Amino acid sequence: MRRLVWLSVVAAIAIAYPLLLSSPFQQRLGALVLLYAIAASAWNIVGGYAGQVSVGHVVFFGCGAYAAMGSYAKFGLSPLFGIPGGIVLAVALAAIIGVPTLRLSGHYFSMATIAVAETMRLIVTNTEWLGAAVGLSGPTVPRNVFDLSFLSSLPYYYLFLAVLAITLLVTWWMTNSRMGFYLRAIKDSERAARSLGAPASRTKLYAYMLSAALTSVAGALYAMMFGFVDPESGLGILISVKILIMAALGGAGLLFGPLVGAAILVPLEEISNSWLGGKGAGLTFVVYGAIIVVIARFQPGGLLSLFTGRRKPGADKGAGHAP
Amino acid sequence: MSFVLVQVIVGGLLLGAVYALFSSGLTLVWGMMNIVNFAHGDFVMLGMYVAYVVYTLMGGGPLLGAPLATLVLATLGVVVYFALIRDIMKGPMLAQILGTFGLALLLRYSVFWWFGANFLSMPQNIVGGTFAVAGLRIEASRLLAGVVALLVTLGLHLLLTRTSLGSRMLAVAEDATAAQLMGIRPDTMQAIAWAIAAGATGLAGALIANFFYIVPTVGETLGIVAFVTVSLGGFGSVPGALVAGLLIGVIESLSGYLIGAIYKDIIVYVLFLFFLWFRPQGLMGKM
Repeated sequence: MRRLVWLSVVAAIAIAYPLLLSSPFQQRLGALVLLYAIAASAWNIVGGYAGQVSVGHVVFFGCGAYAAMGSYAKFGLSPLFGIPGGIVLAVALAAIIGVPTLRLSGHYFSMATIAVAETMRLIVTNTEWLGAAVGLSGPTVPRNVFDLSFLSSLPYYYLFLAVLAITLLVTWWMTNSRMGFYLRAIKDSERAARSLGAPASRTKLYAYMLSAALTSVAGALYAMMFGFVDPESGLGILISVKILIMAALGGAGLLFGPLVGAAILVPLEEISNSWLGGKGAGLTFVVYGAIIVVIARFQPGGLLSLFTGRRKPGADKGAGHAP
Repeated sequence: MSFVLVQVIVGGLLLGAVYALFSSGLTLVWGMMNIVNFAHGDFVMLGMYVAYVVYTLMGGGPLLGAPLATLVLATLGVVVYFALIRDIMKGPMLAQILGTFGLALLLRYSVFWWFGANFLSMPQNIVGGTFAVAGLRIEASRLLAGVVALLVTLGLHLLLTRTSLGSRMLAVAEDATAAQLMGIRPDTMQAIAWAIAAGATGLAGALIANFFYIVPTVGETLGIVAFVTVSLGGFGSVPGALVAGLLIGVIESLSGYLIGAIYKDIIVYVLFLFFLWFRPQGLMGKM
């Protein structure tokens, strides 16, 4: 019952926010928080619940972003087609990456995902058809509402809010399903889970594919809002890092962890960028780095775990170690 | 075989020796503590900047820059061990990855903030130009880097296998509790391992600073090179890192020459994935 009250309060705040704080900067900030919360929540499925720390999630983000801009720039369609297109691409790619790399546990998986992401970035940067280093642009002048190109951030805000709600619902449904049960078992001890008959490889792969699909939606929405995608903004390793840090800061493996992380870090970045200008970019990541080091050292369960009282440091020392 | 090809291979071997040097640091820490330092490439980057600062502020060449970079980085390694690694080692997997990844960001963007994103470089003739050996044109700076890196890597191997310190470190790697019962302090040994690992990156950074481009994000590429080298050579094996480092240096140079410079990184990454897929224990690993 208490949870339900809390949930309605959070939902009410989220719906009222852009109407109460209605300057363009504040609305844009709100939309960006929700956008990153979508991506971080998607990462959370595989990184938090399944305990497989992907550092290359930006490839799926890029699938969505390039599919959205590509459907306009290459086929003259609405960028909306990028959502199903991106999902198909991302899920296929997740299967190709996941089948070999999910066998590797712990660090190996993380490194493999970095290598995949960097390989994709280099390939796209050198592919003329995908705009190479310049990238692809969306419609400069919207032809109709389906081009999803608005001047105000308000429509994006509510669109992102709806997608975030769906993402969280899917995550919640997953954790309460048989799959969520398997994932928790695998995260605690993959060997024990396997020996009790949990289909570990298959479950991890499904989680990875689901996470990839949702991440690609975030990428497509991102590209629609900004109207373009290039290798840095769509496939740069820093996007992966941001997504991962937000989830970990709020609390990896907790439903609302990524949203909390995004609500802290996105304003931090936007404000430091607007105050410090170009110099701010470097400083923001110095602060990001410091935050994760401190979180990893003192509160590896993330900020929300302070309140839930679960997952004390060292409490879930599973997952890792040699393959 | 064409003459140019020999030239390319020699260049690859010299660079590969430097890869081997900093990768043996990564493999040492990994093998001993089962922790992966995602900031390893950024340690090399710091070594490059130390050498650069030594040159610009004091006009010192590699004779001063290399020892100083080794010392600075070794100190950093010990500090990082006691301030961060010792605690996250016992923590969950996510904390280990986040901790060193956060460190990487912290180092990379502190340098970025201080020096800017511009490509810096040392003067061409800081180690005395180019000379010809049996018709091959070799830059002195590359020759110096390759030879020193090769010798230090071999020295590191001897240190680990032939000295009492090495035996004590291996004992801690094998079983920290048992080693402690034999009167070896795991903490001290692990701190020494971090000092050696980071010192190796400092030296490697100072050596390649003489001919490599110096930029804050270079650590990202070099870090992946170190991962490839270690996974190819086997986790925890210094000789493995040496063979793999040389091999990767040659593969990179050859693919840069034969296919095109932009594809050399792609080739190395794909090779890495291929190895993780088919032989996760590496070429010479024993897991």
